[in-house]
Amino acid sequence: MMKIEAIIQPSRFESVKDALLEIGIEGMTVTEVRGHGRQKGHTEVYRGREYTVDLLPKIKLEVVLPDNLVSRTVETILKTAKTGKIGDGKIFLSRIEEAIRIRNEERGEGAL
Amino acid sequence: MKRLGVACCLLTLTLGAAQLLAQQPPASAPASATPSMETSKTVSDKLQQLDQKVAAAQSSADNAWMLVCAALVLMMTGPGLALFYGGLVRQKNVLAIMMQSFALMALITVLWALVGYSLCFGGSGPFIGNFQHALLRGIGVDPNPDYAATIPQLTFMIYQLMFAIITPALITGATAERMKFSGTVLFMTLWFFFVYAPMAHMVWGKGGFLNAALGGRFPTLDFAGGTVVHITSGVSALVCALYLGKRVGFPKQPMPPHSLVLSFIGACLLWVGWFGFNAGSALASNGLATTAFVATHFGAAAAALSWSLSEWIKNGRASALGAISGAVAGLVAITPAAGFVGPMPALVIGFIAGIFCFWMVTRFKAIFSYDDALDAFGVHGAGGTIGALLTGVFARAIYNPIFGAGKPTGGLDGHWGQVGNQLVGVLFAWLFALVGTFVILKIVDAVTGLRVSEEHEIAGLDITQHGEEAYNLES
Repeated sequence: MMKIEAIIQPSRFESVKDALLEIGIEGMTVTEVRGHGRQKGHTEVYRGREYTVDLLPKIKLEVVLPDNLVSRTVETILKTAKTGKIGDGKIFLSRIEEAIRIRNEERGEGAL
Repeated sequence: MKRLGVACCLLTLTLGAAQLLAQQPPASAPASATPSMETSKTVSDKLQQLDQKVAAAQSSADNAWMLVCAALVLMMTGPGLALFYGGLVRQKNVLAIMMQSFALMALITVLWALVGYSLCFGGSGPFIGNFQHALLRGIGVDPNPDYAATIPQLTFMIYQLMFAIITPALITGATAERMKFSGTVLFMTLWFFFVYAPMAHMVWGKGGFLNAALGGRFPTLDFAGGTVVHITSGVSALVCALYLGKRVGFPKQPMPPHSLVLSFIGACLLWVGWFGFNAGSALASNGLATTAFVATHFGAAAAALSWSLSEWIKNGRASALGAISGAVAGLVAITPAAGFVGPMPALVIGFIAGIFCFWMVTRFKAIFSYDDALDAFGVHGAGGTIGALLTGVFARAIYNPIFGAGKPTGGLDGHWGQVGNQLVGVLFAWLFALVGTFVILKIVDAVTGLRVSEEHEIAGLDITQHGEEAYNLES
């Protein structure tokens, strides 16, 4: 099992979600987050006072999948989340040891 | 059915016409006797009745307008100013600033009824009123011809009260996000008695030494409160900001407005309410009210444009906050001038005020590095001052012959000495507000203290001063 964590532009989220549903990904967890990588923030001016906002809003999407679905999912996210500009975000992959469905205590890939 | 309806209509019409004809009087019915003392007495009685009816009709019209204006001016404080300021503070202080405006609506009203009105408009001393109308004694539906001959004095009283509410409320913009609620209440009480009441009497009260209409030594033109409301509150705001010191983290930490949407709605309510403030200051529904109404609107529009333009040139963008701040600056500056100037000078005054106040809040404040949190001084003090001086330049007798028929009013009439009179009024208001506010701050500092603790300031005034939070969105 692998966990895919994708931090993406909020504006791309709807397309990514739809594309994932299309390839049969049935569950995901989504969080509104703020952060920055190499992308610089922007400045706001209120009555002459400038503020640099360096943590920008992003969407973090988490999916845990059986190994055989991972590469297709990653490809789909890459294809749909890309705008080609700085600030498009990142994808992190990590191995998951166990998954347990709370309702019936089912374990392993069947719980996904 | 249709035909029956038409028939009915016709019948009604015919009957109606017949009735009208029957009521027509015969051509030569009256004047049966020769003209005598009796008939001339009847005629004069009739004329007198007619005069009374005309006066009553005028009074009804004026009173209706003035009651609406009083309500409009109250709307400027709550919700207008409360929303405008509320949006500009950080989320943790929004209730505190709104509560300060609302508390003043209640507090000043009670003080006004007890002695406030009398101290502003009682008697005819040069500096302050007296206690003749304490507890509103003698204030009823009869007009007071010194102030407003066609409306009940009760109407005049309630209208003036709304000005006394908004003036101290403006100061809360400078003390925002760090002043104790207890300190604010005590400060506002003392400030109302020792700064607002004398100033209102001096400019608007009978015999007041700056009063232009009722025999002042230095007649200062102040149609709707440029000196009384905006200079006193704006300058006091500066003194408060300097005395209180900067907010924790100012100017390094970002303190952006938490909701410009609230501020936007507030500013629009202020603009509308200002018609009551300025046009209502004619104290009648007459041509002067229209003059003031038009000037008010034009001043606001021109200033919104000029502030936005300044910002566009300087920062490359015109912001919503800039546009609404400009409109308020224009409204402030046109306040003393509204009933003295035509539409074109109103545009000029507004245009100048927008640029000047923009410079005051962006450059001047940065140079001297004081924390006038919501720019009460930069907008009201600065806008009020420039407006009062320009009133001396642009006032025309054709709009308001306040010094008597045929006498010039301001600079454009050739009476440049009026600019000097305006300067005296402005300097006096500045000095009075500076000294008065400083002394009051010293007293309040000793009695209740002024600032909340640093810990409370960081936690926010909503929770520490009032025990509640503005947005419990997840509950």
